[in-house]
Amino acid sequence: MKKGTLKQILLITDGCSNKGEDPAATAALANQQGITVNVIGILDDQTEQPEGLQEVEEIALSGGGVSQLVYKQVLSQTVQAVTKQAMTQTLQGFVNKELQQILGSGQSMEDLAPEKRGEIMEVVEDMGETCDLEVLVLIDTSASMHDKLPTVKEALIDLSISLNSRIGRNRFCIYSFPGKKKDIQKVFDWSPQLDAISTVFPKLTSGGITPTGPAIREAMYQFGRKSLRRSFRNGNEPGVEEA
Amino acid sequence: MGTNQAWKKHNKEIRPGIHITGKWHKNSYLIKKELGSGAIGTVYLCEWNGRTAALKVSDTSTSMTVEVNVLKSLEKVQGNPLGPSLVDIDDWTSPLGNQYTFYVMEYLQGQSLASFIRQQGKEWIGVFMLQLLEDLERLHQSGWIFGDLKTDNILVLHSPPRVRWIDVGGTTKIGRAIKEYTEFYDRGYWGLGTRRAEPSYDLFALVMVFLHVFYPKRFEKKQSSSQVFLINKINAVKELTPYRTVLRKAVEGKYQTSAEMRVEVINCMYHMQKMSRSRTNKNVQKSTSLPMLAEAGGITLLATMYYLLSLLL
Repeated sequence: MKKGTLKQILLITDGCSNKGEDPAATAALANQQGITVNVIGILDDQTEQPEGLQEVEEIALSGGGVSQLVYKQVLSQTVQAVTKQAMTQTLQGFVNKELQQILGSGQSMEDLAPEKRGEIMEVVEDMGETCDLEVLVLIDTSASMHDKLPTVKEALIDLSISLNSRIGRNRFCIYSFPGKKKDIQKVFDWSPQLDAISTVFPKLTSGGITPTGPAIREAMYQFGRKSLRRSFRNGNEPGVEEA
Repeated sequence: MGTNQAWKKHNKEIRPGIHITGKWHKNSYLIKKELGSGAIGTVYLCEWNGRTAALKVSDTSTSMTVEVNVLKSLEKVQGNPLGPSLVDIDDWTSPLGNQYTFYVMEYLQGQSLASFIRQQGKEWIGVFMLQLLEDLERLHQSGWIFGDLKTDNILVLHSPPRVRWIDVGGTTKIGRAIKEYTEFYDRGYWGLGTRRAEPSYDLFALVMVFLHVFYPKRFEKKQSSSQVFLINKINAVKELTPYRTVLRKAVEGKYQTSAEMRVEVINCMYHMQKMSRSRTNKNVQKSTSLPMLAEAGGITLLATMYYLLSLLL
Protein backbone atom coordinates (compact mmCIF):
# COMPACT_ATOMS: atom_id res chain seq x y z
CA MET A 1 0.00 0.00 0.00
CA LYS A 2 1.20 3.52 -0.80
CA LYS A 3 2.71 5.30 2.14
CA GLY A 4 0.86 8.57 2.60
CA THR A 5 0.82 11.59 4.83
CA LEU A 6 -1.98 12.03 7.31
CA LYS A 7 -3.17 15.59 7.87
CA GLN A 8 -4.79 16.63 11.12
CA ILE A 9 -6.07 19.79 12.72
CA LEU A 10 -6.05 19.60 16.52
CA LEU A 11 -8.39 22.19 17.97
CA ILE A 12 -7.97 22.95 21.65
CA THR A 13 -10.77 25.04 23.12
CA ASP A 14 -12.81 25.57 26.26
CA GLY A 15 -16.04 26.96 24.96
CA CYS A 16 -18.43 27.72 22.20
CA SER A 17 -17.77 29.69 19.09
CA ASN A 18 -19.55 33.05 18.95
CA LYS A 19 -18.49 34.59 15.67
CA GLY A 20 -18.60 33.66 12.00
CA GLU A 21 -19.75 30.49 10.25
CA ASP A 22 -20.67 27.18 11.91
CA PRO A 23 -17.44 25.38 12.89
CA ALA A 24 -19.01 22.00 12.15
CA ALA A 25 -19.51 23.12 8.55
CA THR A 26 -15.92 24.28 8.10
CA ALA A 27 -14.75 21.06 9.76
CA ALA A 28 -16.77 19.09 7.20
CA LEU A 29 -15.14 21.14 4.46
CA ALA A 30 -11.67 20.38 5.83
CA ASN A 31 -12.56 16.69 6.00
CA GLN A 32 -13.51 16.84 2.34
CA GLN A 33 -9.97 18.04 1.65
CA GLY A 34 -8.51 15.01 3.37
CA ILE A 35 -7.84 16.77 6.67
CA THR A 36 -9.11 15.26 9.90
CA VAL A 37 -10.36 17.67 12.56
CA ASN A 38 -9.90 16.58 16.19
CA VAL A 39 -11.18 18.58 19.12
CA ILE A 40 -10.17 18.65 22.76
CA GLY A 41 -12.49 20.51 25.07
CA ILE A 42 -10.93 21.63 28.33
CA LEU A 43 -13.28 21.58 31.29
CA ASP A 44 -13.12 23.86 34.28
CA ASP A 45 -12.79 22.14 37.62
CA GLN A 46 -16.19 23.47 38.67
CA THR A 47 -18.03 22.32 35.55
CA GLU A 48 -20.49 19.60 36.53
CA GLN A 49 -22.12 19.02 33.15
CA PRO A 50 -20.19 20.03 30.05
CA GLU A 51 -23.23 21.51 28.31
CA GLY A 52 -21.46 24.39 26.63
CA LEU A 53 -19.06 21.98 25.03
CA GLN A 54 -21.49 19.95 22.94
CA GLU A 55 -20.11 21.77 19.93
CA VAL A 56 -16.83 19.93 20.51
CA GLU A 57 -18.34 16.59 19.57
CA GLU A 58 -20.17 18.01 16.58
CA ILE A 59 -17.03 19.57 15.11
CA ALA A 60 -15.08 16.31 15.43
CA LEU A 61 -17.95 14.28 14.01
CA SER A 62 -18.20 16.33 10.84
CA GLY A 63 -14.42 16.71 10.72
CA GLY A 64 -13.99 12.93 10.65
CA GLY A 65 -11.96 13.09 13.84
CA VAL A 66 -12.00 12.36 17.53
CA SER A 67 -13.23 14.52 20.37
CA GLN A 68 -12.56 14.35 24.08
CA LEU A 69 -13.49 16.46 27.07
CA VAL A 70 -10.87 16.68 29.80
CA TYR A 71 -9.78 18.54 32.87
CA LYS A 72 -6.53 20.36 32.34
CA GLN A 73 -4.59 18.08 34.73
CA VAL A 74 -4.79 15.18 32.29
CA LEU A 75 -4.38 17.18 29.10
CA SER A 76 -0.99 15.72 28.09
CA GLN A 77 -2.19 12.13 28.01
CA THR A 78 -5.37 13.13 26.21
CA VAL A 79 -3.67 15.16 23.50
CA GLN A 80 -1.54 12.20 22.51
CA ALA A 81 -4.38 9.66 22.86
CA VAL A 82 -6.70 11.75 20.66
CA THR A 83 -4.04 12.29 17.99
CA LYS A 84 -3.17 8.62 17.81
CA GLN A 85 -6.75 7.48 17.95
CA ALA A 86 -7.59 9.81 15.09
CA MET A 87 -4.71 8.39 13.05
CA THR A 88 -5.98 4.88 13.67
CA GLN A 89 -9.50 5.95 12.76
CA THR A 90 -8.39 7.53 9.50
CA LEU A 91 -6.22 4.57 8.55
CA GLN A 92 -9.00 2.21 9.49
CA GLY A 93 -11.21 4.19 7.15
CA PHE A 94 -8.78 3.46 4.30
CA VAL A 95 -8.64 -0.21 5.25
CA ASN A 96 -12.43 -0.38 5.43
CA LYS A 97 -12.62 0.98 1.88
CA GLU A 98 -10.24 -1.73 0.71
CA LEU A 99 -12.25 -4.31 2.63
CA GLN A 100 -15.43 -3.20 0.92
CA GLN A 101 -13.84 -3.86 -2.43
CA ILE A 102 -12.96 -7.36 -1.31
CA LEU A 103 -16.01 -8.25 0.78
CA GLY A 104 -18.64 -6.20 -1.03
CA SER A 105 -20.18 -2.88 -0.11
CA GLY A 106 -21.70 -2.25 3.29
CA GLN A 107 -19.06 -4.42 4.96
CA SER A 108 -16.77 -2.91 7.54
CA MET A 109 -14.37 -4.23 10.13
CA GLU A 110 -17.12 -4.41 12.75
CA ASP A 111 -18.93 -6.98 10.61
CA LEU A 112 -16.04 -9.39 10.85
CA ALA A 113 -15.73 -11.84 13.75
CA PRO A 114 -13.43 -10.45 16.47
CA GLU A 115 -10.80 -13.10 15.76
CA LYS A 116 -10.45 -11.96 12.15
CA ARG A 117 -10.13 -8.30 13.08
CA GLY A 118 -6.82 -9.02 14.79
CA GLU A 119 -4.83 -9.40 11.60
CA ILE A 120 -6.39 -6.31 10.04
CA MET A 121 -5.56 -4.27 13.12
CA GLU A 122 -1.95 -5.36 12.79
CA VAL A 123 -1.89 -3.83 9.33
CA VAL A 124 -3.52 -0.65 10.63
CA GLU A 125 -0.97 -0.46 13.46
CA ASP A 126 1.90 -0.89 11.02
CA MET A 127 0.57 1.93 8.88
CA GLY A 128 0.05 4.17 11.91
CA GLU A 129 3.61 3.62 13.02
CA THR A 130 5.24 4.29 9.68
CA CYS A 131 3.08 6.91 7.95
CA ASP A 132 4.05 10.57 7.90
CA LEU A 133 1.93 12.94 9.91
CA GLU A 134 1.19 16.65 9.76
CA VAL A 135 -0.55 18.24 12.72
CA LEU A 136 -1.76 21.81 12.80
CA VAL A 137 -2.52 22.75 16.38
CA LEU A 138 -5.21 25.40 16.64
CA ILE A 139 -5.45 26.98 20.08
CA ASP A 140 -8.35 29.02 21.34
CA THR A 141 -6.83 31.98 23.18
CA SER A 142 -10.03 33.71 24.20
CA ALA A 143 -10.00 35.20 27.72
CA SER A 144 -11.18 32.10 29.62
CA MET A 145 -8.32 30.00 28.22
CA HIS A 146 -5.68 32.19 29.81
CA ASP A 147 -4.86 30.07 32.87
CA LYS A 148 -4.92 26.89 30.78
CA LEU A 149 -2.25 27.92 28.30
CA PRO A 150 0.79 26.76 30.31
CA THR A 151 -0.75 23.28 30.50
CA VAL A 152 -1.48 23.35 26.77
CA LYS A 153 2.17 24.17 26.11
CA GLU A 154 3.36 21.23 28.25
CA ALA A 155 0.91 18.92 26.52
CA LEU A 156 2.18 19.93 23.08
CA ILE A 157 5.83 19.38 23.94
CA ASP A 158 4.76 16.01 25.28
CA LEU A 159 2.89 15.23 22.05
CA SER A 160 6.04 15.93 20.11
CA ILE A 161 8.01 13.47 22.30
CA SER A 162 5.41 10.79 21.66
CA LEU A 163 5.03 11.28 17.95
CA ASN A 164 8.76 11.58 17.37
CA SER A 165 9.18 8.15 18.97
CA ARG A 166 7.35 6.74 15.95
CA ILE A 167 9.10 5.43 12.86
CA GLY A 168 7.25 7.79 10.50
CA ARG A 169 8.08 11.48 10.11
CA ASN A 170 6.14 14.35 11.70
CA ARG A 171 5.59 18.02 11.10
CA PHE A 172 3.82 20.37 13.49
CA CYS A 173 2.73 23.95 13.44
CA ILE A 174 0.76 26.06 15.87
CA TYR A 175 -1.83 28.73 15.24
CA SER A 176 -3.91 30.63 17.75
CA PHE A 177 -7.26 32.30 17.30
CA PRO A 178 -8.57 34.96 17.31
CA GLY A 179 -5.62 36.66 15.65
CA LYS A 180 -4.78 40.32 15.97
CA LYS A 181 -6.10 41.29 12.54
CA LYS A 182 -6.82 37.97 10.85
CA ASP A 183 -8.89 35.05 12.04
CA ILE A 184 -5.85 33.07 13.08
CA GLN A 185 -2.35 33.97 14.12
CA LYS A 186 0.76 31.95 13.38
CA VAL A 187 2.58 31.02 16.59
CA PHE A 188 5.01 28.43 15.32
CA ASP A 189 5.80 27.48 11.73
CA TRP A 190 5.95 23.93 10.34
CA SER A 191 8.72 22.04 12.10
CA PRO A 192 9.54 18.43 13.04
CA GLN A 193 10.01 19.29 16.73
CA LEU A 194 7.97 21.31 19.17
CA ASP A 195 10.70 21.79 21.80
CA ALA A 196 11.29 25.35 20.69
CA ILE A 197 7.74 26.49 21.50
CA SER A 198 8.67 27.38 25.06
CA THR A 199 10.05 30.64 23.72
CA VAL A 200 7.05 31.60 21.61
CA PHE A 201 4.25 30.63 23.95
CA PRO A 202 4.32 33.56 26.38
CA LYS A 203 3.53 35.84 23.44
CA LEU A 204 -0.07 34.63 23.33
CA THR A 205 -2.58 37.28 24.25
CA SER A 206 -6.11 36.40 25.12
CA GLY A 207 -9.04 38.18 23.55
CA GLY A 208 -12.82 38.09 23.97
CA ILE A 209 -14.33 36.53 20.86
CA THR A 210 -14.16 32.90 19.70
CA PRO A 211 -14.40 32.64 15.90
CA THR A 212 -13.91 28.85 15.76
CA GLY A 213 -15.49 28.36 12.33
CA PRO A 214 -13.39 30.91 10.44
CA ALA A 215 -10.31 29.67 12.32
CA ILE A 216 -10.76 26.11 11.06
CA ARG A 217 -11.24 27.41 7.52
CA GLU A 218 -8.01 29.40 7.69
CA ALA A 219 -6.16 26.49 9.28
CA MET A 220 -7.19 24.28 6.38
CA TYR A 221 -5.47 26.66 3.96
CA GLN A 222 -2.19 26.34 5.85
CA PHE A 223 -1.94 22.73 4.67
CA GLY A 224 -2.88 23.94 1.22
CA ARG A 225 -0.09 26.47 1.04
CA LYS A 226 2.46 23.93 2.01
CA SER A 227 1.26 21.22 -0.34
CA LEU A 228 1.10 23.83 -3.11
CA ARG A 229 4.74 24.58 -2.49
CA ARG A 230 5.45 20.88 -2.46
CA SER A 231 3.46 20.27 -5.65
CA PHE A 232 5.60 22.95 -7.21
CA ARG A 233 8.62 20.86 -6.29
CA ASN A 234 7.25 17.43 -7.05
CA GLY A 235 4.94 18.33 -9.90
CA ASN A 236 2.06 16.25 -8.51
CA GLU A 237 -0.46 16.36 -5.67
CA PRO A 238 -2.86 19.19 -6.42
CA GLY A 239 -3.20 21.86 -3.77
CA VAL A 240 -6.46 22.30 -1.97
CA GLU A 241 -6.61 26.03 -2.57
CA GLU A 242 -9.23 25.77 -5.30
CA ALA A 243 -11.83 24.48 -2.83
CA MET B 1 -4.08 8.79 34.79
CA GLY B 2 -7.32 10.38 33.73
CA THR B 3 -9.41 7.61 35.18
CA ASN B 4 -12.57 9.37 36.24
CA GLN B 5 -11.54 12.66 34.72
CA ALA B 6 -12.11 11.67 31.12
CA TRP B 7 -15.68 11.13 29.96
CA LYS B 8 -16.34 7.60 28.83
CA LYS B 9 -19.50 6.26 27.29
CA HIS B 10 -19.35 2.71 28.61
CA ASN B 11 -19.08 3.83 32.25
CA LYS B 12 -22.63 5.08 32.07
CA GLU B 13 -23.96 1.86 30.59
CA ILE B 14 -22.19 -0.83 32.59
CA ARG B 15 -23.21 -1.27 36.22
CA PRO B 16 -22.91 -4.17 38.66
CA GLY B 17 -25.77 -6.59 38.15
CA ILE B 18 -26.13 -6.28 34.40
CA HIS B 19 -25.43 -9.09 31.95
CA ILE B 20 -23.13 -8.63 28.99
CA THR B 21 -23.87 -11.13 26.27
CA GLY B 22 -21.54 -11.58 23.33
CA LYS B 23 -22.88 -11.10 19.82
CA TRP B 24 -20.71 -13.83 18.28
CA HIS B 25 -20.04 -16.47 20.93
CA LYS B 26 -23.22 -15.86 22.96
CA ASN B 27 -21.49 -16.17 26.34
CA SER B 28 -23.19 -14.17 29.07
CA TYR B 29 -21.19 -12.42 31.77
CA LEU B 30 -22.69 -11.04 34.98
CA ILE B 31 -20.91 -7.84 36.02
CA LYS B 32 -20.01 -7.94 39.73
CA LYS B 33 -17.93 -4.80 40.28
CA GLU B 34 -15.36 -2.47 38.74
CA LEU B 35 -11.76 -3.57 39.28
CA GLY B 36 -9.94 -0.67 37.72
CA SER B 37 -9.96 1.90 34.98
CA GLY B 38 -7.28 3.27 32.70
CA ALA B 39 -6.86 5.60 29.76
CA ILE B 40 -8.15 3.02 27.32
CA GLY B 41 -10.85 1.11 29.13
CA THR B 42 -12.35 -0.32 32.30
CA VAL B 43 -11.87 -3.77 33.83
CA TYR B 44 -14.77 -5.43 35.66
CA LEU B 45 -15.01 -8.52 37.80
CA CYS B 46 -17.58 -10.82 36.22
CA GLU B 47 -19.14 -14.21 36.72
CA TRP B 48 -19.70 -16.73 34.00
CA ASN B 49 -20.77 -20.39 34.40
CA GLY B 50 -20.08 -20.11 38.13
CA ARG B 51 -16.51 -18.97 37.52
CA THR B 52 -15.06 -15.53 38.05
CA ALA B 53 -13.12 -13.72 35.35
CA ALA B 54 -12.01 -10.22 34.46
CA LEU B 55 -13.77 -8.41 31.61
CA LYS B 56 -12.24 -5.39 29.88
CA VAL B 57 -14.30 -3.03 27.77
CA SER B 58 -13.48 0.19 25.94
CA ASP B 59 -15.18 2.86 23.88
CA THR B 60 -12.70 2.20 21.10
CA SER B 61 -13.13 -1.33 19.84
CA THR B 62 -9.87 -1.28 17.90
CA SER B 63 -7.77 -0.94 21.04
CA MET B 64 -9.43 -4.07 22.46
CA THR B 65 -8.52 -5.95 19.29
CA VAL B 66 -4.93 -4.73 19.59
CA GLU B 67 -4.70 -5.84 23.24
CA VAL B 68 -6.06 -9.26 22.40
CA ASN B 69 -3.35 -9.54 19.72
CA VAL B 70 -0.77 -8.86 22.45
CA LEU B 71 -2.28 -11.38 24.87
CA LYS B 72 -2.26 -14.02 22.14
CA SER B 73 1.41 -13.47 21.34
CA LEU B 74 2.38 -13.44 25.04
CA GLU B 75 0.69 -16.81 25.50
CA LYS B 76 3.19 -18.22 23.02
CA VAL B 77 6.23 -17.19 25.12
CA GLN B 78 7.77 -20.15 26.96
CA GLY B 79 8.03 -20.37 30.74
CA ASN B 80 6.01 -18.62 33.44
CA PRO B 81 2.94 -16.90 31.96
CA LEU B 82 3.65 -13.25 31.20
CA GLY B 83 0.06 -12.03 31.31
CA PRO B 84 -3.40 -13.27 32.22
CA SER B 85 -4.74 -15.95 29.91
CA LEU B 86 -7.39 -14.99 27.38
CA VAL B 87 -10.87 -16.47 27.76
CA ASP B 88 -13.04 -14.77 25.15
CA ILE B 89 -13.34 -11.79 22.83
CA ASP B 90 -16.68 -10.53 21.57
CA ASP B 91 -18.94 -7.56 20.80
CA TRP B 92 -21.79 -6.31 22.96
CA THR B 93 -24.67 -4.18 21.85
CA SER B 94 -25.86 -2.11 24.79
CA PRO B 95 -29.53 -1.38 25.52
CA LEU B 96 -28.91 2.11 24.11
CA GLY B 97 -27.73 0.55 20.85
CA ASN B 98 -24.00 1.29 21.18
CA GLN B 99 -21.61 -1.43 20.14
CA TYR B 100 -18.61 -2.20 22.35
CA THR B 101 -15.84 -4.74 21.92
CA PHE B 102 -14.80 -6.52 25.10
CA TYR B 103 -12.50 -9.33 26.08
CA VAL B 104 -12.49 -11.70 29.03
CA MET B 105 -9.37 -12.92 30.76
CA GLU B 106 -8.30 -14.94 33.76
CA TYR B 107 -8.97 -13.12 37.06
CA LEU B 108 -5.73 -13.06 39.03
CA GLN B 109 -6.00 -12.62 42.79
CA GLY B 110 -3.19 -11.34 44.91
CA GLN B 111 -1.77 -8.48 46.84
CA SER B 112 -0.21 -5.23 45.74
CA LEU B 113 3.57 -5.05 45.68
CA ALA B 114 3.62 -2.28 48.29
CA SER B 115 1.41 -4.00 50.84
CA PHE B 116 3.24 -7.31 50.41
CA ILE B 117 6.64 -5.74 51.01
CA ARG B 118 5.27 -3.77 53.95
CA GLN B 119 3.90 -6.94 55.57
CA GLN B 120 6.53 -9.51 54.67
CA GLY B 121 9.67 -7.45 54.89
CA LYS B 122 12.26 -5.73 52.75
CA GLU B 123 14.08 -8.94 51.83
CA TRP B 124 11.36 -9.42 49.20
CA ILE B 125 12.46 -6.29 47.31
CA GLY B 126 15.37 -8.07 45.67
CA VAL B 127 13.34 -11.19 44.98
CA PHE B 128 10.63 -9.24 43.16
CA MET B 129 13.21 -7.18 41.28
CA LEU B 130 14.75 -10.40 39.99
CA GLN B 131 11.38 -11.90 39.10
CA LEU B 132 10.33 -8.78 37.22
CA LEU B 133 13.67 -8.56 35.42
CA GLU B 134 13.42 -12.21 34.43
CA ASP B 135 9.94 -11.68 32.99
CA LEU B 136 11.06 -8.50 31.24
CA GLU B 137 14.02 -10.32 29.71
CA ARG B 138 11.75 -13.02 28.25
CA LEU B 139 9.30 -10.39 27.03
CA HIS B 140 12.07 -8.34 25.38
CA GLN B 141 13.59 -11.47 23.85
CA SER B 142 10.28 -12.17 22.14
CA GLY B 143 10.22 -8.68 20.61
CA TRP B 144 7.97 -6.76 23.02
CA ILE B 145 8.31 -3.90 25.50
CA PHE B 146 5.84 -3.78 28.40
CA GLY B 147 5.38 -0.01 28.19
CA ASP B 148 2.91 0.75 30.97
CA LEU B 149 4.85 -0.92 33.79
CA LYS B 150 3.43 0.39 37.08
CA THR B 151 2.37 -0.85 40.52
CA ASP B 152 -1.28 -0.94 39.42
CA ASN B 153 -0.37 -3.44 36.72
CA ILE B 154 1.59 -5.75 39.01
CA LEU B 155 0.15 -8.26 41.48
CA VAL B 156 1.89 -10.58 43.95
CA LEU B 157 0.27 -14.03 43.77
CA HIS B 158 0.58 -16.18 46.91
CA SER B 159 2.23 -19.51 47.72
CA PRO B 160 4.79 -19.20 46.40
CA PRO B 161 4.92 -15.41 46.16
CA ARG B 162 5.34 -14.53 42.49
CA VAL B 163 4.80 -11.20 40.73
CA ARG B 164 2.47 -11.22 37.72
CA TRP B 165 1.43 -8.58 35.23
CA ILE B 166 -2.30 -8.06 35.05
CA ASP B 167 -2.75 -5.53 32.25
CA VAL B 168 -0.82 -5.66 29.01
CA GLY B 169 -2.52 -2.67 27.39
CA GLY B 170 0.74 -0.77 26.90
CA THR B 171 2.75 -3.66 25.47
CA THR B 172 4.41 -2.45 22.27
CA LYS B 173 6.60 -4.05 19.61
CA ILE B 174 10.28 -3.12 20.00
CA GLY B 175 11.25 -0.07 17.95
CA ARG B 176 7.81 1.54 17.87
CA ALA B 177 6.29 4.35 19.92
CA ILE B 178 5.05 3.25 23.37
CA LYS B 179 1.30 2.69 23.11
CA GLU B 180 0.17 3.56 26.62
CA TYR B 181 2.03 4.93 29.61
CA THR B 182 1.54 6.59 32.98
CA GLU B 183 3.38 9.86 33.54
CA PHE B 184 5.07 9.01 36.85
CA TYR B 185 6.70 5.91 35.30
CA ASP B 186 7.40 7.43 31.90
CA ARG B 187 10.93 8.61 31.17
CA GLY B 188 9.55 10.98 28.52
CA TYR B 189 7.59 12.83 31.22
CA TRP B 190 10.78 13.22 33.28
CA GLY B 191 12.66 14.44 30.23
CA LEU B 192 15.03 11.48 30.49
CA GLY B 193 14.50 9.82 27.13
CA THR B 194 12.19 9.10 24.23
CA ARG B 195 9.04 7.03 24.15
CA ARG B 196 10.56 4.60 21.69
CA ALA B 197 9.93 1.01 22.79
CA GLU B 198 13.30 -0.37 23.89
CA PRO B 199 14.39 -2.40 26.95
CA SER B 200 15.75 0.67 28.76
CA TYR B 201 12.25 2.18 28.70
CA ASP B 202 10.90 -0.67 30.86
CA LEU B 203 13.96 -0.63 33.14
CA PHE B 204 13.36 3.04 33.92
CA ALA B 205 9.73 2.27 34.77
CA LEU B 206 10.89 -0.60 36.98
CA VAL B 207 12.87 1.82 39.14
CA MET B 208 9.79 4.01 39.43
CA VAL B 209 7.75 0.98 40.52
CA PHE B 210 10.04 0.50 43.52
CA LEU B 211 10.09 4.22 44.24
CA HIS B 212 6.29 4.21 44.24
CA VAL B 213 6.33 1.42 46.84
CA PHE B 214 8.19 3.74 49.22
CA TYR B 215 6.52 6.99 48.12
CA PRO B 216 2.86 5.90 48.10
CA LYS B 217 1.71 9.41 47.20
CA ARG B 218 4.28 9.62 44.39
CA PHE B 219 5.84 13.03 43.70
CA GLU B 220 5.86 15.57 40.91
CA LYS B 221 8.41 16.82 38.46
CA LYS B 222 10.54 19.77 39.59
CA GLN B 223 11.96 22.44 37.34
CA SER B 224 15.55 21.39 38.10
CA SER B 225 17.35 18.34 36.70
CA SER B 226 15.07 15.30 36.92
CA GLN B 227 18.02 12.94 36.98
CA VAL B 228 19.51 14.43 40.14
CA PHE B 229 16.05 14.73 41.65
CA LEU B 230 15.22 11.04 41.10
CA ILE B 231 18.61 9.84 42.32
CA ASN B 232 18.10 11.84 45.51
CA LYS B 233 14.71 10.22 45.90
CA ILE B 234 16.32 6.76 45.57
CA ASN B 235 19.08 7.61 48.05
CA ALA B 236 16.55 8.81 50.60
CA VAL B 237 14.95 5.34 50.88
CA LYS B 238 16.78 3.23 53.48
CA GLU B 239 15.32 -0.05 52.21
CA LEU B 240 16.72 0.57 48.72
CA THR B 241 20.29 1.23 49.93
CA PRO B 242 21.74 -2.09 48.65
CA TYR B 243 20.37 -1.43 45.15
CA ARG B 244 21.28 2.26 44.87
CA THR B 245 23.89 1.95 42.14
CA VAL B 246 21.77 -0.38 40.02
CA LEU B 247 18.69 1.82 40.30
CA ARG B 248 20.72 4.91 39.48
CA LYS B 249 22.16 3.29 36.37
CA ALA B 250 18.67 2.27 35.21
CA VAL B 251 17.44 5.86 35.63
CA GLU B 252 20.41 7.02 33.58
CA GLY B 253 19.55 4.49 30.88
CA LYS B 254 22.87 2.67 31.23
CA TYR B 255 21.47 -0.85 30.79
CA GLN B 256 20.86 -2.15 27.29
CA THR B 257 19.12 -5.35 28.46
CA SER B 258 17.28 -6.50 31.56
CA ALA B 259 19.70 -9.45 31.81
CA GLU B 260 22.51 -6.93 32.38
CA MET B 261 20.59 -5.25 35.17
CA ARG B 262 19.59 -8.61 36.63
CA VAL B 263 23.22 -9.70 36.98
CA GLU B 264 24.01 -6.52 38.90
CA VAL B 265 21.00 -6.95 41.19
CA ILE B 266 22.23 -10.49 41.95
CA ASN B 267 25.68 -9.05 42.72
CA CYS B 268 24.09 -6.54 45.07
CA MET B 269 22.23 -9.28 46.89
CA TYR B 270 25.35 -11.45 47.11
CA HIS B 271 27.33 -8.51 48.45
CA MET B 272 24.61 -7.74 50.96
CA GLN B 273 24.52 -11.36 52.16
CA LYS B 274 28.29 -11.46 52.55
CA MET B 275 28.21 -8.23 54.53
CA SER B 276 25.49 -9.46 56.86
CA ARG B 277 27.24 -12.84 57.24
CA SER B 278 30.58 -11.30 58.20
CA ARG B 279 28.69 -9.06 60.62
CA THR B 280 27.00 -12.04 62.30
CA ASN B 281 30.32 -13.88 62.34
CA LYS B 282 31.85 -11.10 64.38
CA ASN B 283 28.90 -10.98 66.71
CA VAL B 284 28.65 -14.69 67.48
CA GLN B 285 32.15 -16.01 67.12
CA LYS B 286 31.65 -18.97 69.41
CA SER B 287 28.96 -20.55 67.31
CA THR B 288 31.16 -20.45 64.22
CA SER B 289 33.39 -23.29 65.36
CA LEU B 290 31.51 -25.89 63.29
CA PRO B 291 31.74 -24.13 59.91
CA MET B 292 35.37 -23.29 60.76
CA LEU B 293 36.07 -26.93 61.37
CA ALA B 294 34.43 -27.83 58.07
CA GLU B 295 36.43 -25.18 56.29
CA ALA B 296 39.68 -26.44 57.83
CA GLY B 297 38.73 -29.97 56.77
CA GLY B 298 38.09 -28.75 53.24
CA ILE B 299 41.46 -27.07 53.02
CA THR B 300 43.22 -30.19 54.31
CA LEU B 301 41.41 -32.30 51.72
CA LEU B 302 42.43 -29.93 48.94
CA ALA B 303 46.03 -29.92 50.11
CA THR B 304 46.08 -33.73 50.20
CA MET B 305 44.75 -33.85 46.64
CA TYR B 306 47.41 -31.50 45.41
CA TYR B 307 50.00 -33.58 47.19
CA LEU B 308 48.77 -36.78 45.57
CA LEU B 309 48.66 -35.07 42.18
CA SER B 310 52.22 -33.88 42.53
CA LEU B 311 53.26 -37.43 43.41
CA LEU B 312 51.69 -38.73 40.22
CA LEU B 313 53.51 -36.17 38.09
